[in-house]
Amino acid sequence: MKNINNIFKKEFKSYFISPIAYIVISIFLIVVGWLFFSTFFLNRQANLSSFFSILPVALAFIIPAVTMRLFSEEINIGSYEILLTMPVTFRDIIVGKFLAAWAFVGIMLAPTVIYAVTVSFVGKLDWGPVIGGYIGALLLGASYCAIGILASSTTRNQVIAFIIAMSICVFFTLLIDFLIFFLPNAFVGLFQYMSASSHFQNIAKGVIDSRDVLYFLSVSFISLYGTNLIMQEKK
Amino acid sequence: MIKVENLTKYYGDLCALDNVNFEVKKGEILGLLGPNGAGKTTTYRILTGYLSPTSGNIHVKDYDIYENQVEIKRLIGYLPESAPIYPDMLVFDYLNYVADIKGVEKKKRISHLQELAELCSLNEVMHMTIAELSKGYRQRVGIAHALMGDPEILVLDEPTSGLDPNQIAETREIIKRIGKKKTIVFSTHILSEAEATCDRIIILNDGKIVADSRLSDLRDSLNIESFEDIFRKLTKGN
Repeated sequence: MKNINNIFKKEFKSYFISPIAYIVISIFLIVVGWLFFSTFFLNRQANLSSFFSILPVALAFIIPAVTMRLFSEEINIGSYEILLTMPVTFRDIIVGKFLAAWAFVGIMLAPTVIYAVTVSFVGKLDWGPVIGGYIGALLLGASYCAIGILASSTTRNQVIAFIIAMSICVFFTLLIDFLIFFLPNAFVGLFQYMSASSHFQNIAKGVIDSRDVLYFLSVSFISLYGTNLIMQEKK
Repeated sequence: MIKVENLTKYYGDLCALDNVNFEVKKGEILGLLGPNGAGKTTTYRILTGYLSPTSGNIHVKDYDIYENQVEIKRLIGYLPESAPIYPDMLVFDYLNYVADIKGVEKKKRISHLQELAELCSLNEVMHMTIAELSKGYRQRVGIAHALMGDPEILVLDEPTSGLDPNQIAETREIIKRIGKKKTIVFSTHILSEAEATCDRIIILNDGKIVADSRLSDLRDSLNIESFEDIFRKLTKGN
């Protein structure tokens, strides 16, 4: 337990030592802010629903960039050997790294609360869906972080880790929504259940259903467990 | 202290270790020698829990590598070959992080760090990032990493490789100084170094042990005076 905290602290700090953190956060805020506010006044609605509909796609591209280095870099420079020969378990390493990436996503999302505050000045904002949206964003973020870590553990090349993670995240976000048009009716329900964005939109409406929460938790757990299996396999 | 039993490791079809057996007693300095690719690093990696063996077992004290991996890792300070460490971190931050993980108490933290910095002559580079360090300093950070938390056993994989003669002498001095209280397993390609520091040597060739005794006994039994000649006789022929 103590070592999860130690690894978390080290990984979280190292995001902010290098310029990656600042670049990623800036790009995220600029892109999302621009996409949101460029249509906001045309919609004439005081809510954040268009923000929360952009968010899954934005996170699907940004989070893989946050997680890509977590294992790939260690494997590449060889510090993976040092990490594994210190008195820590695989669980400490995986959970510590996961929490660091997740906390980073939280920090990245925090400044967007200003959007909500801005909107509340313009009109009467219903805070229920906003709070739901942020809870949903954190759950979605957890799933994507876990997928990113799984991708990172498979390769020593950060670019490959990024592309694998991004492909999986985009698949869960977008493709399933598109695929639904082409699928026979029998599969629609199944694919809708697999789609991360449809679960996210449920929560972003302000309805926190245990099914949606369970979905994100299981995607996270399965990915992190897969990482554990890959680390075991490398021995 | 350490008991290696029938250790075998295959990388795919390649046999890296073939039924290796040896023991290391408490307080002993053991030199694990052999040509490149003989299986030294593989042995260390299994001992420190980085790899798992294809078959066989290692006991450290009462622990074994299948059941008590974390406990064994806590007993061993390990310097991997070429000491690959996080290039972005400051030396101090890195050593502090290692101290956290190895559970060095907060009260003793500063004095322990100072002691190690003194022993490995790291005082003047504490504020630099690891990427800025020369090879010699990086190696010393690796040695400080291995010594952190005062482990009972040290495993040093070619601690003097790539260093200049002055640094080699310093590193050897460090090993000798700490070796009085600890069990040490280390490897080197400089045979005179092994001769000067080791109580006992094991020579590996092609994953098999070809010699395991005191150097003087080896000299007597083979009737060869020079250590280089002994080494070549035992490890050539293939």
